[in-house]
Amino acid sequence: MMAKASFTRFSFSHCRSRAGVPADSHSLPGPDDTLRRTLSNGITVLARSNFNSPSVVISGYLPAGSLFDPDGRLGLADFTASALMRGTARRNFQEIYDALESVGASLGIHGGTHSAGFGGRALAEDLDMLLSLLGEILRQPAFPQDHIERLRAQFLTGLAIRAQDTGEMASLAFDQIVYKNHPYSRPEDGYPETLQAIRREDMLEFHRAHYGPRGFVITVVGAVDPQEAVNKVGQILGDWDNPSQPDNSALPPAPALTATVQEKVTIPGKSQSDIIMGAIGPQRSAPDYLAASLGNSVFGQFGMYGRIGDVVREQAGLAYYAYSSLSGGLGPGPWYVSAGVDPANVERTVDLIHRELERFVREPVSKEELDDSKENYIGRLPLSLESNAGVAGALINLERYGLGLDYYRRYPAMISAISVQDVFEAARHYLNPERLGIAVAGP
Amino acid sequence: MEDPVTRIQLSNGLQILLKEIHTAPIISQWIWYRVGSRDEATGITGASHWVEHMQFKGTPGFPAGILDRAISREGGNWNAFTFLDWTTYYETMPSDKIDLAIQLEADRMVNSLFDPEEVNSERTVIISERQGNENDPLFQLGEEIQSAAFRVHPYHHEIIGDQADLETMTRDDLYHHYRTYYIPNNAVLALAGDFETNLMLERLREVYESIQPGPQPPRLFRPEPGQPGERTLFVEGTGETTYIQLAYRAPTANHPDFFPCSVLDSLLAGPSSLNMFGGGISNKTSRLYQALVEKERAVSINGGLQATIDPFLYTLLLTLHPGCTVEQAVASIDDEIKRLQDTPPTEEELWRASKQARALFAYGSESISNQAFWLGYAEMYATYDWFIRYLENLQAVTPQDVQRAAQTYLRPQGRVLGVYQPKDHQEEGQE
Repeated sequence: MMAKASFTRFSFSHCRSRAGVPADSHSLPGPDDTLRRTLSNGITVLARSNFNSPSVVISGYLPAGSLFDPDGRLGLADFTASALMRGTARRNFQEIYDALESVGASLGIHGGTHSAGFGGRALAEDLDMLLSLLGEILRQPAFPQDHIERLRAQFLTGLAIRAQDTGEMASLAFDQIVYKNHPYSRPEDGYPETLQAIRREDMLEFHRAHYGPRGFVITVVGAVDPQEAVNKVGQILGDWDNPSQPDNSALPPAPALTATVQEKVTIPGKSQSDIIMGAIGPQRSAPDYLAASLGNSVFGQFGMYGRIGDVVREQAGLAYYAYSSLSGGLGPGPWYVSAGVDPANVERTVDLIHRELERFVREPVSKEELDDSKENYIGRLPLSLESNAGVAGALINLERYGLGLDYYRRYPAMISAISVQDVFEAARHYLNPERLGIAVAGP
Repeated sequence: MEDPVTRIQLSNGLQILLKEIHTAPIISQWIWYRVGSRDEATGITGASHWVEHMQFKGTPGFPAGILDRAISREGGNWNAFTFLDWTTYYETMPSDKIDLAIQLEADRMVNSLFDPEEVNSERTVIISERQGNENDPLFQLGEEIQSAAFRVHPYHHEIIGDQADLETMTRDDLYHHYRTYYIPNNAVLALAGDFETNLMLERLREVYESIQPGPQPPRLFRPEPGQPGERTLFVEGTGETTYIQLAYRAPTANHPDFFPCSVLDSLLAGPSSLNMFGGGISNKTSRLYQALVEKERAVSINGGLQATIDPFLYTLLLTLHPGCTVEQAVASIDDEIKRLQDTPPTEEELWRASKQARALFAYGSESISNQAFWLGYAEMYATYDWFIRYLENLQAVTPQDVQRAAQTYLRPQGRVLGVYQPKDHQEEGQE
C-alpha cells in the first residue's frame, strides 16, 4: 500500500534516538535501576530516580480496604482513609493543607476494596515534608468530630449524585448480579444508611486494627537518589508497629451464574441509558490472565475499541462509547462490555453485544487481530512510563502481584508467546453467552 | 523557563514549532487548526466538532479502520479535541514510529472523504454523545449559562452543538466547513521529543510544503455587547443535589489583566493550570473553600479561567450543602469577593500563588505530550512566548493588581448566576 511504503522508507533516518541507550532498557524499569528494600517491620520500599524532572511522586497501599467493612458500616474503610487527612496529634486540618498547598504539593488517601491507596506529589525539595506528613496521618490521626461530619455530608452528597448517574448505577447493579453474596458485590463508598451509621469510634477502631506496616508498600519516583529515598522512608516509618493487623483474609470462591440475569435501574429524566453486561473474569495471578487481557483488547479495546466499538459505534452508530473491560486484581475482577445509548436502543444494543460475545467464544480471533493487539501492548509500554506517576504505578503493579522487578524486560517475549488458541481458551473459560449479568440504568 | 524552540513558516503558510527533548525515546506531534465553535453560525452549531469526528473516518490513503489500527499497532496514544477557538489532533509515538503520524496528519488535512453514509452514521454517534452530556446536570446548567452570557457572540452555544443542527446539518455543510478551515495557512504544527531538528524539518517540508494554501477563512465578527445587569437563571431537574454556577466576564489571554485574574482565581478557589496533562492539587486553603466548605455551606467549590481569543467567562462552581440555601451560599461568595475588593491580598499570598504555579508547571513538564501541547496551544491565542513568560508574568502581579481585578471583573452586575435545583425541591436552611 502506498502509505506503508513511504512510511518504512523514512522511519529511521531522522528519528534515530539520541536518548543515549537503546529504547527498551532506557524506558522500562528493571532490577538495575529500581531499588527494592524491605524494612525490618515488613514495609516494602521501591525507588527509582528520574532527574529529568524537578518533582517527586510517592504512591502506595496497605491492606485496609472495604473487605474489612462490616455490612452495616459499608464505606468505613474509605471514610476512615479520608478522615486521616483531617487532623493529626501534631497538626490540624488547616496546618496540614497549608503545608501542602503552600508549596504546590498534594497528598491523598482513599479506601479501595482490598487496600487503602495513597499518593502524593511535590517538588523534590519538598519530599521530606511530604513523607513526614504521610507518616503523621498514618500513625497519629486525630479524627476530629467536626471534620468527620463535614466529610459525611460530602460523601452523602456524592451518593446522591451517584444515584443519578446511569453509568455508576449500572455498574453497581452489575456487581450485585455477578458477585451475588460475594464481598465484591459491596460498593466501597457504601450506601446512605451505612454512611449515616458510621461513628468516630468505628474509625478509631478500624485504624487501630488495620493500619500498620504489614503488607505496606510505598514507591518513590523522581528527582531523588533511590537509596536516599529508602533511608527517608525508614526514618519516618521504620519503627512503625501494629501487632493487631490481621493476616490476609482469603476471599470466598467467586459465584457462578446458572442463567443470564438482567436487571434495570430506573432513573427518570435521563437522555441516555448505560448498559453493562458480562461476567466474572480472571484474577491477576491466573495463568491465562495475559491471554484473556489480549482477548479483551481484540474484543473491545484495540483502536476505536475493538470489535465492540466497530459493531456498536462505527457500523450501527448506536453509541458514542462502547468498549469492553477486563481488570483482574488480587481477586477475580469483572469482564464486561459497557455502552451508553439512546434509551430506545437498549435492547438492540444488548442483542448486538450478545452476538459479538457468541462469536468471540465460538471461533478464535484471527492471527492478524491478535498480532495487532500484541504490537500495541509492547509498543505502548514506554509511553505509559513517561512520567513519574506512570513509573510509580508500574512499580506498584509489580509489587502487588509479585511480578518481579524484571517483568517489563520480559514482558515483550511473554506477550509474543501467546497464541490464538490461548486467547480462545481464555475467552471460553470466563465468558458464557447464556450466563451473563446484564445491568441497564436509564429512564 | 528557557526552552530552545525552532520556529519556521513554510511557503504555504503552515507554522511549525519544534522542540528537541531527549529524556525518553518518544515524540509527540500536535496539529492545530484555527477553527472552533466560535466559527459556527446558527444552523451549523457543532460543525467543527463533527468535522473532528469525520477526520477519523478515512482518506483514500488511510481508509477508515486502517488509520486507527495503524496508530494502535505502534502503541501510540492519540486523541483530538474541539474547543471554542481551535481544534487539535495529537499522536504520541515511540520515536522511531512517528513518521506514520506525520503522514497521517498531512493526508487528512486535505483528503478526508466525508462519505455521506459515514456522515449519517456519525450523526447518531454525536447525538449519542450529546445525550450522554445531557445526563449530567452540570452540562445542562453550563449550557444555559453560556447561552445567557452570550446573546450575540458565537461563544453562546456548546461545542457539541444544538440538537436541532445535529439533526439537520448536511454532508455538504460539513465538507464546506472542512475545506474552508483545514488549510495549511490556518494551521500550526508542533512536535516535541526525541528527534533532530534539521532532519525532522526536512521530512515535514517533504510531506507538507506541497499542500496548497487556501483563502483566508471568514470569521464571524459579533462582539458581545456589555451586559446591562445581572442575569439569573434556573434549571430544574432530577436528583437531590443543588449546584450553583457563577459566570463572570473574563479578560482574553492576551489582555494584561489575564495574569491578575489568574492569581485572583488561585486565591479564591485554588491554583489551576492550563496544562492538558499533569493534574492539579487541592484547594482547601483557598478563600472560598474556607468560607463555604469549612462553614458547611457547600460540599465543594471550584474555579476556572480559560485562555481564549475573545473574552469568555471566569466560572465558580459550587455544590450546595444540604443544610444551606442558595441565597446564603451566594451571599458568602459575595462577602469573600467584597473582602478582596476592599483589601488587597498580602505579598505572602501572592508568593504562594507563584510557587503553586511553578509546581504545576513542573508536574506538566514531565510529560513530553504536555510539552508538545504547549507549543501549539499558546499559538492559538498568543504565541509560544506567552507560555515561556507565564511564570514571570504571574510573579509580576502585585496585590493592587489583584484587588483591581476583583473590582473590575467580579461585579454582580456583570455576571450570570445559574442554579440547578431538583424539581419540587424544598428549600432547607439554617436560621
